[in-house]
Amino acid sequence: MRAKVTVLIVMLVGLHGVLLLAGFFAPYDPAAQNRELSYAPPTRLHFKDALEFHLRPFVYASAVVMEGDQRGSYQEGRSREYQVRLFVTGASYKLLGVHESTTHLFGVSEPARIFLFGTDAYGRDEFSRVLFGGQISVAAGIVATVITLFAGSVVGIIAGYYGGWVDELLMGVNELFLSLPWLYFLLGVRAFLPLHLSTLRTFFLLTGVIGLIGWARPARLVRGVVLSSRNRSYVLAGRGFGATDFYLSRRHILPEVFGLLLTQAALLVPRYIAAEVTLSFFGLGVNEPVASWGNMLSTLQQYSVLVSYGWLLAPACALVVTSVLYSSLAELFHSRLKSS
Amino acid sequence: MKLIRLALHVCLFSGLCFAAAPAPEAAKPGEELARLADVSGRYGGHLTIGQRSEPKTLNPVTATDAVSREVIGRLMGDLIEINRASQLTEPALAKSWNISADGRTFTLQLRKGVRFSDGYPFDADDVIFSFNVYMDAAVDSPQRDLLIIDGKPIAVTKLDQYTVRFVLPRPYAAAERLFDGLAILPKHLLEKPYHEGHFAQAWPLNVSAAEIAGLGPFRLKQYVPGQRVVLERNPYYWKVDRENQRLPYLDELVFLFVGTEDAQVMRFEAGETDIVSRLSSENYNLLAHEQSRTGSQLADMGPGLEYNFLLFNLNDLGGKKLDEVAVKQAWFRDLKFRQAINVAVDRQSIVRLVYGSRGAALWGNVGPGNKLWVNQALPHPSQSVETARQLLKSAGYSWNATGQLHDSTGRPVEFSIITSSSNSQRMKMATLLQDDLSRLGMQVHVVPLEFRAMIDRVFQSFDYDAAIMGLGGGDADPNPEMNVWTFNGTSHLWHMGETQPTTGWERELDQLMQQQMVTLDYAKRKQFYDRAQQLIADNLPFIFLGTPNILAGANSRVGNFHPAVLDPYTLWNADELYVRGPLMENAGVR
Repeated sequence: MRAKVTVLIVMLVGLHGVLLLAGFFAPYDPAAQNRELSYAPPTRLHFKDALEFHLRPFVYASAVVMEGDQRGSYQEGRSREYQVRLFVTGASYKLLGVHESTTHLFGVSEPARIFLFGTDAYGRDEFSRVLFGGQISVAAGIVATVITLFAGSVVGIIAGYYGGWVDELLMGVNELFLSLPWLYFLLGVRAFLPLHLSTLRTFFLLTGVIGLIGWARPARLVRGVVLSSRNRSYVLAGRGFGATDFYLSRRHILPEVFGLLLTQAALLVPRYIAAEVTLSFFGLGVNEPVASWGNMLSTLQQYSVLVSYGWLLAPACALVVTSVLYSSLAELFHSRLKSS
Repeated sequence: MKLIRLALHVCLFSGLCFAAAPAPEAAKPGEELARLADVSGRYGGHLTIGQRSEPKTLNPVTATDAVSREVIGRLMGDLIEINRASQLTEPALAKSWNISADGRTFTLQLRKGVRFSDGYPFDADDVIFSFNVYMDAAVDSPQRDLLIIDGKPIAVTKLDQYTVRFVLPRPYAAAERLFDGLAILPKHLLEKPYHEGHFAQAWPLNVSAAEIAGLGPFRLKQYVPGQRVVLERNPYYWKVDRENQRLPYLDELVFLFVGTEDAQVMRFEAGETDIVSRLSSENYNLLAHEQSRTGSQLADMGPGLEYNFLLFNLNDLGGKKLDEVAVKQAWFRDLKFRQAINVAVDRQSIVRLVYGSRGAALWGNVGPGNKLWVNQALPHPSQSVETARQLLKSAGYSWNATGQLHDSTGRPVEFSIITSSSNSQRMKMATLLQDDLSRLGMQVHVVPLEFRAMIDRVFQSFDYDAAIMGLGGGDADPNPEMNVWTFNGTSHLWHMGETQPTTGWERELDQLMQQQMVTLDYAKRKQFYDRAQQLIADNLPFIFLGTPNILAGANSRVGNFHPAVLDPYTLWNADELYVRGPLMENAGVR
């Protein structure tokens, strides 16, 4: 059990670490177009050339076939090998938004390219875009979750602690929000907002809207816990000694709610990442050329792209992996909550 | 007896009871048929075509959408037709015509013995009736504008039962091309609704087959809401093939309401439809990959007549509260600014990435697909960021330390390009332009909008900086372009609602367009239009980007499949299409 938790935590930290340091792990600038390399399939890593086996992988430079039956497909030029090297110098980026750097974990020398997940319509490296897009999508999920849980626990604690008409009013509003078809509501809200917004503002609008709509369910759960703990003997005793409402909720009630919030967080993050992906998929999220998993996937709305360029499903795979990790975490939290 | 009636009812309501398609009528003595000397085929079978949506109406006078017109065009006949293959006019219901020396009077001889698809004879009264309807302001037909020249209607008179005279208020170049697309209406069916004042409501999609008749190769058989329109052979059609067999060959033509182009391609791949009228290059390549297995016929007809362009908002914003846009207009009005953008655009990439190399780059409004009218002398400058930077510099722009472009007042150059979110090709162009212009230090935002929202901004509210749009594609002749290039035209997009031309070159352009319209000699008209193209390319009200090739596909069963670069691309010769190989059952029974 403990080993499982450790593995899970390591994997999640690893995932977020890679996304956080996307500039370092990505070999290319996510917005850089290579117009002569559009829809290039993932670059093959070779270990064996005509003569012998190499320990260090290498790649060949690819180019489009211009004529004949294979027109439009890519072919490797076998004349020269390009070794994959570590800590190479490339496009400049800002690490963690502050430190300017040009060092990338891996790369190959030009004219060869290393596209681990292939390229999109403009010849942009899909792997780099998945990493940078993940920054936006996962951050959106986390920020929205924080907003939701904060709003949810404030409302839940107030409603559960005070009861009476406050409770009834808050839970009435709560029910209204629960009954909203939230996806359509989000689409509607986004359509009302101004169209041309900077990436940062779009991002905060998106997370704000997603986060504020989702508070109803956690608020309801928190209220239940508060309601049951409010009449416990130690709370009553504290009140008898003259403790204030604020002290009681901070010292005695919040700790009760904490486990629940953790489980909720682990459940909500992947859901909100999916919400961002859904909105961006419909063109309501961040705009080109900034990547997010949703706007990357939106090209797959075209039938020909969907059936011809399978590697463009990479953001969907990333989304699945992230969701599975978070869901397993939620499962663990949940079982611990039950056993305690 | 009761049982039989019950069975009949079940049969009728389950849609299984279909009468066989009518056999073509034998030629009557004195019937003047049009013989297509190089057409042969065989009778029978049906073909299915996928459509984007349901037609809105079957009324040829009020229909405006392409889907409706695609169906109506098969039901109706015109006096003179434009042959889509040769792009020249040829006799249709008028077997011949002559033009007076001053180019104002057209005398048309009608075919004798022709009958509507319900068997009722056709003569000059139907022609007079039809043109009265088209020119009636109360009916408000979209074709009315074509027939009102200088505010005066064309005068139509009947000389005898088979001769009609049209007198134009002034000479009008290529006036005979106007007749293509003006369907001749059956007076005996439509006179009543017209006089009762509800003509616009006549012939809705659910009209009963007995109440609609035309002079086209097919007639209405059945409409199934949400699914399909079935047309059957018009047994009285007035064209015959090489062996004097009456056309059309097909028993039935079925229009299936399928949805987007992607959905049409999927249906086509599944064998549910036989023809796809327009294909994007991506879908074309997809079908080409499977061609060896499916044997389908794919046609790349080369560049079409459509032109896609970047448009700047040069509208007069007086009275509108659009200060943000007004500030940016100072850049857009600067010719050097537009020239810089014109040379910064990487058109070769547009052709390659947007059209999959099945398209052509454009530097003017007439592309290489329009062989009769393109100005070959227009320069095709290749992309040069260096030239663009010099142009901007000479116009007083400068760059800051991070490479961002500033105008002479120190304002950073930043604007947005709106485009229709449903058009993936224009979305791609916008993204490529964004990258091209970032090399000049311009910060460009791409804003995808729902099509109607975008049209509203361009035509009504003027609340936009720049837009990527497309125009053209109707006829090869310059006259349909009048509404774009004359100052008071309805599609004078860069400066809508002008009361008079604002600049010298716009005044000259206006004059040239008016002159070419009243000049009858082709060589002289070409001179005027060449100069007009030159002016447009020099002054860049639009930055022209590219034009897609006309791509279409049909499966191996379709005979005489000859798509054209003019609309309707594949069905213009629906009367000549036939089915190869084994014939299947009627379309209704599936």
